[in-house]
Formats: sequence, structure tokens, C-alpha cells
Amino acid sequence: MADVAITRAEVEHLANLSRLALEDSEVDRFAEQLDVIIAAVARVQEVASAGIPPTTHAADLSNVFREDVVIPPIGADAALDQAPAAELGKFRVPRILTDEEDSEDSAPGDRGES
Amino acid sequence: MTAGRDLITMTAAQMAHAIAAGEVSAAELTQAHLDRIADTDVEVRAFLHVAREAALAAARAVDDRRAAGKPLGPLAGVPVALKDVFTTSDMPTTCGSKILAGWRPPYDATLTRRLREAGAVILGKTNMDEFAMGSSTENSAFGPSRNPWDTSRVPGGSSGGSAAAVAAFQAPLAIGTDTGGSIRQPGAVCGIVGVKPTYGGSSRYGLVAFASSLDTPGPLARTVLDAALLHEAISGHDPCDSTSLDAPVPPVVAAARTADVAGLRVGVVTELSGEGYAPGVLSRFGEAVELLETLGAKITEVSCPHFTYALPAYYLIAPSECSSNLARFDAMRYGLRIGDDGSASAEEVMSLTRAAGFGAEVKRRIMLGTYALSSGYYDAYYGKAQQVRTLIIRDFAAAFEQADVLVSPATPTTAFPIGERADDPMAMYLADLCTIPSNLAGNAALSVPCGLAPEDGLPVGLQIMAPVLADDRMYRVGAAVEAALDARRGHPLLAEAPGLDGAGGGPEAGR
Repeated sequence: MADVAITRAEVEHLANLSRLALEDSEVDRFAEQLDVIIAAVARVQEVASAGIPPTTHAADLSNVFREDVVIPPIGADAALDQAPAAELGKFRVPRILTDEEDSEDSAPGDRGES
Repeated sequence: MTAGRDLITMTAAQMAHAIAAGEVSAAELTQAHLDRIADTDVEVRAFLHVAREAALAAARAVDDRRAAGKPLGPLAGVPVALKDVFTTSDMPTTCGSKILAGWRPPYDATLTRRLREAGAVILGKTNMDEFAMGSSTENSAFGPSRNPWDTSRVPGGSSGGSAAAVAAFQAPLAIGTDTGGSIRQPGAVCGIVGVKPTYGGSSRYGLVAFASSLDTPGPLARTVLDAALLHEAISGHDPCDSTSLDAPVPPVVAAARTADVAGLRVGVVTELSGEGYAPGVLSRFGEAVELLETLGAKITEVSCPHFTYALPAYYLIAPSECSSNLARFDAMRYGLRIGDDGSASAEEVMSLTRAAGFGAEVKRRIMLGTYALSSGYYDAYYGKAQQVRTLIIRDFAAAFEQADVLVSPATPTTAFPIGERADDPMAMYLADLCTIPSNLAGNAALSVPCGLAPEDGLPVGLQIMAPVLADDRMYRVGAAVEAALDARRGHPLLAEAPGLDGAGGGPEAGR
């Protein structure tokens, strides 16, 4: 079994990828717990060897088609009814760019991936 | 004993019959259950939302149809409790999470629609571990439900609210979802029947996704026949779910009525017993196997060597799928939004909202799944887990060559005390040790009560596993075990549950 130890830095990285603004105390606790869990689940490496095909799904289905019929959508009013914020018949969302990106990355159109 | 008590202790089959025959009105029956909920749910806390007015309106609609001589659905007027993970256009849907508190979906899940079409009366939405991740309901953002047998103990999970409601006679039927055991495990520890149908046999459309390749809706009930009636009402192909099987629904109601195991080959799974199992669970399980033999079944022992790797494989596959599925909770279109102060960016709002809206177990699983899917770790974790899934399917295939059904305990232990495992994720995960293999393979499995563990007087469940789309087989076996045990005991197991309202004895004690 690979010698895995989940560090604080690793949890912070995972939290960032997962879009979870964790508290410091949470980072410590999750590092400890994820370390134990990952060590336990790594047991799959004991039996899974090359040549065994992966199973991605319990139902062995492929190319599922249905009739190409028009079904009325739920409509804008119903879709927006439970929105945290709506304006002019649309979802209102916070701005996409951060201050850091605005200042550090001044060339317009060169935003990289975000 | 009041008239209300007589009503709530009937089976769902008896209720449907009494309504069709005009012996009781659907409105009376619904009112009796709403009264029972009012009396007992302060203690049990099975429901997150009681839809009093909607339920009574649905019941009156059934009574009107009957009065007008119109045909009635198979569950006409029978109350049902719905796990709060299915969308309902007229009730909130929270998934036990703060991130969806108060959310009113714009549409009904297919399963919700089928319940309504069958004439069932939806009493409300039941408590659950947040996004169905857990085995105790302690991960609900709205507090745990309690086991009606002992309210200091968990009702199991994640469909713990549904199981507790049925065991507490708040509803004769309930719907749960089973991703790693979330119907069978709470069913077992609450002393009722819990069924995971074949994957794809019941629609996931409108079921808020946790792990899409595993999530399976199914019934909870006090008798095997009742479970079969609900199973049949909710099942069948749904074009809105691309993983729904376009195949006939197995004849589960007929099978439950047959209740015959003569000549049937029953395989006892070697790997699902031994260390880590409570003595009372093993003794009751052993007795159930002996009982099956006396009923004419042929008992063989079968080995499924890779089942011991099912739990680790599951805790890679389910979190991986969850990390992807729960990305939709981004604070943009529905649900909670935190920190939108005009200066915070969308990403900051997203991270703040998810941190505030998700509980610890959900965060753990999202990060675990993100880890397992990361480049550099994918092959060693997610890839290997998918290979183990193949090995488990092969184990089942080999076992079903030797046996028509497989049996094991449904859970390694009886209901544990609230709080005991709350801070120990690995201990909590072990609750699903016996149930996970059938989720990974997609076959059918159910849990039926097989007695009380002598050491604590709490219910033990017998798990019966059947091949894909042979759901009827496990109903035959489950009904046979139930009938024989009820006859031997002289009453259903639930009659031995303590009363919840200080009346002494369960609602059936005076029968």
C-alpha cells in the first residue's frame, strides 16, 4: 500500500478545488480523518490487478435514446422562483472576477482558466 | 384502544382494501395518521415537513373518486411518508441540508408522481442524513431522528426518518433511497422491511443525486406484502431517467403472496459474518437460516472472496460521484447564498456558501472524492475501485450459479446509541458492511426482521439478495420467513416494541 499521509496543505488544496472555505480547525480535523479513511480504502490496491476491466455502472446500458418529442420547459418564472437573487428575468450572480485577478492580470482577455 | 389505533395498526394492504370497500374513508385514515404523528413525532422526529392540508386534500380526492364510482389506484387512500430527497412541487425538499433549507422544487420526481397516480396520500417529507450520506440520520442538519424501539438510539440511515415513521405507526409505508444500504440498514435496525430494488428498476428522475451509479429508490413497510405493493406502484421504465431499465417489473406482489421456499437454493455468504458482528445478530441470523431449511430450502455455503473489498471500493466510488454531483450546489440558481455583499466574487460566494451550507460528512466525502479523482491518484484509487466492482459482480455471478438467493445479516450490529459513532467516520461506515456489495453490483436485496438480539432486545434484520431483475425471488423468501416467525411468535415483531406515548406496549400490544 502506498504510504499516504494527508497533510494540512493537501486538505487546503482539496478544499480549494472543492470550493469549500474551511475554517482552520476544520482543516486539522479533516486531515486526520481523511488520512485514516484513505489508508483504509487503499486496500482496493491489494486485489485490483491489470487485466480486470473497470465497471463504471451497475446497469449495463449504452446509447439510450428516447422519442424526440417537445416537452414544455418549466418556464422562466418557475426557474427563477427559488433563485437566491434574480433580476430582469435572469439569475443575478456575483461578479466573476476577483480584485486580485483584476489587478494582477491586467491584460484584458487573458484570464487563463478559472 | 381507540378507533384511531385500530386504523394505524392495519397493514397497507388492509387499508387499501378497507378504503375500496368503503369501510373507512381515506380522510379518516389520513387524519388518524396525522394524529399519530402529532402525538409521537416530538419524540421520534421522523418528519422534516408534515403536509397536513395537502394530505387531507389528497385523501378527500380519493373519497370523491370512490363516491363517483371512478377506478381507484392500487394504493388509493393509503398514507405514505416520502424521504426528503425526492422533489415535490407542493412541499419543501431539503435533503437534510442547510444548503437547501426551505427549497420548493418546481416539479415532482417521477416517484412522487407515481405515488400520486397510485392514489397514495403523501403525509410529508422524512428526515435523512444530509444528501443521504450516513447511517444514522445524525448527519441531518435538522437533528437526528430516533429509533422507536429505544429513543436514545439511532434509527439507522440515511433513510432513518422513513424507517422510524413506519416503525412508529406514523405511516404504513415509506419511500427511502439505498446507495450503500440506506433502506435495508434502517429497516433492519427499526424492525421493519426495507427493500433495495434492482438498480434501474425505480426511477431516479427528481431524486437529488448522491452517487448516480448506485442510488436506488425503494420501499419500507411493516410487512413484506406491503413492501411489494409499494415496490410495484413505484417501479417501471421512465424515459426521464436514462439508466431506468426498459424491462417488465418483476412480479413482486405475487411472489410475496406465494411465500414458498420449497426446493429453493439459499446460499449463506461466508464473508458476511464473523469478527465485528454482534453475537445476537449472528444467533438470530443462524436461526433464520435453520428456519429456511425447515421450510424446505436447500442451504449451501458460498464464498464471495471480494466482498471484503466492497466497503473500501464503495468509499472511493460513492465519494467520487458525490464530489461531481454536489458541484451543482453553487449558490447561483437555487438554495443558500452566503456573502453576496456586492464586492465578493462568485467563487468566494460559492466557497463561503458551500462551507456554511454543507455539514462535516458531506465536506469529507466531497474532498475524498476530489482526491480519488485527482490526476496522479485516479488510477490508484478510483480506477482500482472500479476494478473491484467488476470482481464483486463476478463473485455474485458465481454465487448465483450455486444458489437462487444469498443471505446474510443485514447489519453487523443492532441500533447503536445516538452520538456513539458521530465523530468516528470509519466506525459509521462499517454499518453498511453487508449491504454495499449489492449496490456495487446493482442486484436486488431486502432486509426482513428476524427477531431481537438477546443482549439488547433490539431488532435484527435478515438480508436476502437476488440477481438483477429477480426481485420477486427475495420477496418469496422474505414473506416465507416473516410468516413462519409471526406464526411461531403469535404476533408481528413490532408488537414487542415499547409504546411511544406512555400507554404501555406498542400500538398492537392490545390486539
